[in-house]
Amino acid sequence: MSDLPPYPPLDPTTYDLIIVGTGVSESILSAAASSSGTSVLHLDPNPFYGSHSASLSLPDLTSFLHSNSLSPPPPPPSDTPDFLSVDLATRSLYSSVEIATFDSSILDERHSRKFNVDLCGPRVLFCADESINLMLKSGSNNYVEFKSVDASFVGDSSGELRSVPDSRAAIFKDKSLGLMEKKQLMKFFKLVQAHLAAAAASSTESDEGAVKIAEEDMESPFVDFLAKMPLPPKIKSIILYGIAMVDYDQDNVEACGDLLKTREGIARLALYITSIGRFSNALGALIYPIYGQGELPQAFCRRAAVKGCIYVLRMPITALLLDKASELIETGGYKGVRLATGQEIFSQKLILDPCITVGSESMSSLTDQQKETLRVLVPKSISSEGKIARGICIIRGSVKADISNALVVYPPKSLFPEQLAAIRVLQLGSGLAVCPADMHVLYFSTVCENDDQGKAALLSAMSTLIKPQVPENLQSDSAVENDTAEAAKPVVLWRALYVQAMVKGEFGGSISSAASPDGNLSYNELVESAVKLYEQLMGSEELFKEETSPDNTTEEENDGGVEIEA
Amino acid sequence: MHGRPRKAYKPEEEAASAAKAAKLRALQSQFMSNHHNKIYTKEAVDLSTKLLEINPEAYTAWNYRKLAVEDKLSRIESDPDLIKTILDEELRVVESALSQNFKSYGAWHHRKWVLSKGHSSVGNELQLLNKFQKLDTRNFHAWNYRRFVVELTKRSEQDELKYTDDMIGSDFSNYSAWHNRSVLLSSLLARKADGFLPNKKIPDEYKLVQNAIFTDEDDQSGWFYHLWLLDQTVNVETPLLTSSWPSHGSRISLYAGCSNGSFSKLTTFGSESGYFPLVLNFDQAVGGVSSSTVTIDTELKGNEDLVWEPVSKKNSHVSCVWVARLKYISSEPCFGKEYKVKVKIGNSPGIVSSRGCNFSASYEFVFTAHVHDTVEESSQEGIVSWTDGFDIWDAESKDLNALTTLDRSNAQMDSKWRQEAIAEEIDLFRELPDSKIGKLTLARLLMAKAMISDDAVKGVHYNEILELYKDLMALDSSHYQYYKDVHSVALLRKVTSSTEDLSGHLFRCRNMNNSVCLRLNNLSLSRIASVEKLLFVQMLDLSHNELHSTEGLGGMQLLSCLNLSHNRIRSFSALDSLRHLKQLRVLDVSHNHIGEHSVDTTRYLCSSPLFNSEWTQDEVGRQMPTLVTKYWDAYFVLRDLNLKQLDITGNVIAGDVFSSFVLRVVPKLVWLDGKKLEI
Repeated sequence: MSDLPPYPPLDPTTYDLIIVGTGVSESILSAAASSSGTSVLHLDPNPFYGSHSASLSLPDLTSFLHSNSLSPPPPPPSDTPDFLSVDLATRSLYSSVEIATFDSSILDERHSRKFNVDLCGPRVLFCADESINLMLKSGSNNYVEFKSVDASFVGDSSGELRSVPDSRAAIFKDKSLGLMEKKQLMKFFKLVQAHLAAAAASSTESDEGAVKIAEEDMESPFVDFLAKMPLPPKIKSIILYGIAMVDYDQDNVEACGDLLKTREGIARLALYITSIGRFSNALGALIYPIYGQGELPQAFCRRAAVKGCIYVLRMPITALLLDKASELIETGGYKGVRLATGQEIFSQKLILDPCITVGSESMSSLTDQQKETLRVLVPKSISSEGKIARGICIIRGSVKADISNALVVYPPKSLFPEQLAAIRVLQLGSGLAVCPADMHVLYFSTVCENDDQGKAALLSAMSTLIKPQVPENLQSDSAVENDTAEAAKPVVLWRALYVQAMVKGEFGGSISSAASPDGNLSYNELVESAVKLYEQLMGSEELFKEETSPDNTTEEENDGGVEIEA
Repeated sequence: MHGRPRKAYKPEEEAASAAKAAKLRALQSQFMSNHHNKIYTKEAVDLSTKLLEINPEAYTAWNYRKLAVEDKLSRIESDPDLIKTILDEELRVVESALSQNFKSYGAWHHRKWVLSKGHSSVGNELQLLNKFQKLDTRNFHAWNYRRFVVELTKRSEQDELKYTDDMIGSDFSNYSAWHNRSVLLSSLLARKADGFLPNKKIPDEYKLVQNAIFTDEDDQSGWFYHLWLLDQTVNVETPLLTSSWPSHGSRISLYAGCSNGSFSKLTTFGSESGYFPLVLNFDQAVGGVSSSTVTIDTELKGNEDLVWEPVSKKNSHVSCVWVARLKYISSEPCFGKEYKVKVKIGNSPGIVSSRGCNFSASYEFVFTAHVHDTVEESSQEGIVSWTDGFDIWDAESKDLNALTTLDRSNAQMDSKWRQEAIAEEIDLFRELPDSKIGKLTLARLLMAKAMISDDAVKGVHYNEILELYKDLMALDSSHYQYYKDVHSVALLRKVTSSTEDLSGHLFRCRNMNNSVCLRLNNLSLSRIASVEKLLFVQMLDLSHNELHSTEGLGGMQLLSCLNLSHNRIRSFSALDSLRHLKQLRVLDVSHNHIGEHSVDTTRYLCSSPLFNSEWTQDEVGRQMPTLVTKYWDAYFVLRDLNLKQLDITGNVIAGDVFSSFVLRVVPKLVWLDGKKLEI
């Protein structure tokens, strides 16, 4: 980074809003603010877009995980005559990072540019989810193309993968369900659909004949409701973990982090059901952006740039500038930031990447008012629920013959008795331009209480899906394997394991902190928090409201604009 | 497309559509003038292109284009490139018309016409179809055209079957795909293609359709396919002989000249004509029964060249029932003798079902005819009364056994897999007790099982079937009549399923020399069935039922007395099948609805069904044309019957005028409405 020529000074030097970090939350905020006429300066200390939601080459990913790339900037000229300057620190969101290369050819020049590996995987979009709506509304859909995730499975320790019967056609085709199970499952789906239709209708008119789920059922645990239907345990598990994407074991009230209520369960099913068939050229409920998740923040950033936002990458900020506490009025208000170049830039408001904090030593000398301004930057102890173990495996072959892009869910206790939470695995192939043609990228994740527990769970899922391989230095040249049942399993070439801390977005008046990627499969909670933050910042102004005019009329002709290749 | 709500037009839309209509009218009149003047210039043809792009339904324009193409082709020398260019332009016009409306008959037909010329490549057609079939997966035009293209390209039926797999897999509510599947499978099974054996494939298909039915029992497509499968399971393609009269091994007594011909024994028959009927009953309509396909070996003289007649509607050459009349009284004295009659069927090919399958298994049966020289004393000119004097039938059931036992040794059904498949289906559909279609299918399956299983368990099945249909009649009133009909069929099957059941309905008629009468009265029957087991019946009481017609009774060739009083017969046309009953002497149709509803002659192309018919040459017709015109339906039936006794009271048609008409048409009548006629 130091080799790069120095930036010319920025001009102008005053903005309505400065955003640091180009993760999904920050990018949505930047696009939304720019669209509403706010002047925005959007900075990122990294040389790429996306921050914690980026898609990177293997070396870049490795160095980002190890260093979090926000190396402490050189001490800047610390005293400004007019402002009080507060030095910023960076904390890493990642711990227990463990990277192993089993086949060094994978790091060859010829492959190096073919990988676009997600930092926040496994992650997909539901066709009907809020992030898609937001993309359509903002027009950022013009910059991303998606493809369908072909299949979704539920697995267990036997290694067998069973398709998730998530639609009428899938139930019909399913080979593992009995006829009566098919009947029960379809009956349940029909009930949910009737309920949703009735709910939609009752908002306009009242009708007595409509089938609706009773109000007391809506408040009961979803798992009890499913049992009451009555659905057998096998189907219950498919619905909870394979469709509603629940994390914790719903049958174990003590260990369960959160027991899903029927209302929320039905809402998740509704999202799934409405996702299927929303776009005529999407196969199932789930889609994934070609070139990786990093395309999403980039798309919002491009939208923001079109609307006048100024972008500067490779630009850390080193300090915050606050009003000097005068003897007369103790304001302590936020004024601006100091860039790594030393230039001082001013704004009304500031949004920071979740890994930027204020060192406790800088806090001690501040007044109460100043502390209040910096409230959201004070590092909080990360709670045990806030950890997500993630894993990435580059494999040769596929976990399921003839299928390239697939989601696999291991429900709690399905791999080993102590498995507390569901483990999700997403396999993506070269069709999505994330890896070379003969390989697949596998993403693993599970929520966990501590690093060891999370990593153990992921390793268990990995060993079920992938043939174990000794590290390269121990490998003999005559790699003998071919005649066991293991032979059919794909071979791992490269592997990363890490635990990511989850930081929630927080509104703090003039200075706010954006949210880090969460442990969900979709962006829904992330988008929700970004929208909320935006409303707090802008005073309940609607996101992208003016975009609904000319842009959208042209979009409607091509299926809502989400381009999904056949 | 399906499931699109209709919405009212906005004023601006209406204006736009009016403008479009005006433009279209102008275009159309211009086009018509081109057409009438046979103008096939480029401009004129372009005009038709424009017209078709707006309105692909303009059939005349398609025809005009055909003429224009023929005209162009006649002008150019056989330059293949040029021909191809001309035809490709037609294909292009069709394609754009189809994208406008792909339910246009004219457009699809035009495309077929162009391709039939054989100059265009058919390679792209399936791709085009895939595009259309993706947009509207059930469109039958596309499926029809697909079958056409498949035939043209000689694409294999296995590949097409795979295509239906995919289509059904992505949406099993695709009736067209299921239908195409049944067509393909029929063909593959019929020509015994590699791996396509019914005992393997049909059970697999059951598995497939079970998935559809159990996933969504409200969807009809699967049920239809299931019905087709059941048909494939129960019915064999090759026709079978199900029964005959006289039956194999039976001994019949033949008397000369008995008029009201009812006898105290079931095996006795008499006729003044000196002929007795030989009846063959097949399981499906067949043609080609003749003295060359059925040979008779007997000492009874004068039966060398038998004429076999189908018991069917006029001019039809196929029937389930075929009859030949054998002479047993000849000029030479032959009384008191026993004659063996050997009947061989299907020795030479020629008996073919209406589906085109040959009666392949030749079959032979023998019976003995005892010819008596005396006329059995009978109440010759007495009236037959149905009202009283019936005694329980007391004869040995052995007697009956010989008559009703069906010899199915010739039935070469590989029945094991069929029985297994049906038993499996029955177990499964007992799990769907809540739905109407589930009940109906279960009833049909049980019926199928009863047909192909041992006699011993049949009674149980029939009782369950009857219960199911009763439930359905109560649950689903809009299909009441259908359930009623199948209920009647099941009931008659039950009655005829064993000699015990049947003998419960046999009575002796005290007033009539203790002659045997089959009484199926008061059973609320709406349809007649199981006639093949009742070929021996000479006296039949069907009174107090709900019959609308006598269809099926034509097979009961020995019938001489028939009571149809208190039914729901609306016209004499409904009695048409009785024309085949040469022995019928006594007919009671009192208390029906004959004459209540005049027959709707507007359905006929001619002003009267008598138009063009032979009645004018007939004496009665010449003598009283007005009455014949008025009672034409009665005329056609009654003039072919040899009735001695007719009861018609309690019908709207009855009255002096009709009585006088009857007397002229049936001159041999002795009793009319219970009164002896003075001649």
